[in-house]
Amino acid sequence: MTKPAAPTLDVRIWRGATDGAFQHFRVPARENQTVLDVVTEVQRHHDPTLSYRFACRVGVCGSCAMTVNGRPRWTCRTHVNKVAGDGTLTIEPLRHLPRIKDLACDMTPFFEKWQRAGGVFSPTVSRDDPVSSVTPDDPGRRAADAAIECINCAVCYSACDVVGWNDDYLGPAALNRAWSLYNDERHGDRAGVLRRVSEAGGCASCHTQGRCTDACPVELGPTRSIAGLKRASLLAFFGLDGH
Amino acid sequence: MERMLFVLQRVTAVLLAGMVVVHIAVILYASAGSLSVAEILGRTRGNVAFAAFYGLFVAAAAVHAPIGLRNVLHEWTPLPRVAVDIAMAAFAATLVWLGGAAVHAVFTA
Repeated sequence: MTKPAAPTLDVRIWRGATDGAFQHFRVPARENQTVLDVVTEVQRHHDPTLSYRFACRVGVCGSCAMTVNGRPRWTCRTHVNKVAGDGTLTIEPLRHLPRIKDLACDMTPFFEKWQRAGGVFSPTVSRDDPVSSVTPDDPGRRAADAAIECINCAVCYSACDVVGWNDDYLGPAALNRAWSLYNDERHGDRAGVLRRVSEAGGCASCHTQGRCTDACPVELGPTRSIAGLKRASLLAFFGLDGH
Repeated sequence: MERMLFVLQRVTAVLLAGMVVVHIAVILYASAGSLSVAEILGRTRGNVAFAAFYGLFVAAAAVHAPIGLRNVLHEWTPLPRVAVDIAMAAFAATLVWLGGAAVHAVFTA
C-alpha cells in the first residue's frame, strides 16, 4: 500500500529584475508556515541563487515585505494558510520600487522621499541639556505617538496607487513620518516639515483611498496622518496653527 | 504654488457645494413651473443678484475644474507638466469665457 502524498504548495516566484519571469516550485505544506518560511525553503532546498531580503523574522525590522498573491505583506508574519487557501502562492517584489533581482527591491527612492518630506529629527537641545519633558496626554504627543511605530517596510508605499501614478508623490510612509515629526514638540523644524509636505507631490496629492491604512501590517493610519497634514497645510495658509 | 492651488480647490469646492444646490433648485423651479423662455429671461434680465450669483459660480467652476483635471492629467498621461499647466490655464480661460458669455447673455437679453 502506497503512502498518501504529502500536501504541497504550488509556489510561483518572480525571478530576474524588471525583465524576468515566474518560476514554479513545489514546497511541502506545513501546519505552521509563514510566506517567508516558504521563500527560505525554496532558497535552501531548490535554488540557492534566489535573492530576497529579511532580517529579524519577527515583524520588527520591516525588511521582508513582498507582494503575496497580489497584495503587499510582511512575509515573516503572514501565515500561508491565511493567504493561500487553494494551496497556491504567487510571490513578487514590492510594487513601485526598482527591482534588483528576484524578490529584492532597491529601497533608495522610498528612503529618499523620507528625507524629502523632512523626516530627519532635528533636536532642539543638546546632550548636555536636561532630558525634554514630554506629556503623554498632550494632543500633539498623542498624534505623534499614533504614527510613530512605523517599521519602514514600504508595504503602504507598494499598496498606494497614487505612488504608481505620480513619481513625485512622497507616499504614505514619508508623510506619516512627517506628521509624527510635525506633532513632536521636541522637533526643531516643524514649520519646515509642513512646508516640504505642502510642495508638489506632497500631502495634497493623496486621494484618500485608504489602501495604505488597509495594508499597514502594524495597523497605523497613514491616511489619517495625511489628512492631518492637509488640514495643517490649509490652516497655515491662512496663518492659523494646525497643531 | 501647489499649496495655493490646493487651497483654491478646497475653497471653491466649499462654494460650489452650496451653489450647485441652489442651481439645481433654480432648474427645478424653472422646469416644474413650466416657465417659458420669455418668462425665464424676464426674471434674469437686469437681475444683479442673479448675475452676481452665476458670475461667482462660473469663477468658482473655472478655478476648481482645471485644478482637478490638472491632477488627473499629471497622474494618467505622460504629458510634460508645463504643457499640462498651459493647457489648464487655457481651459480655465475657456470656462470663464463661455460661462461669462452665458451670464451676460441672460442678463442683457
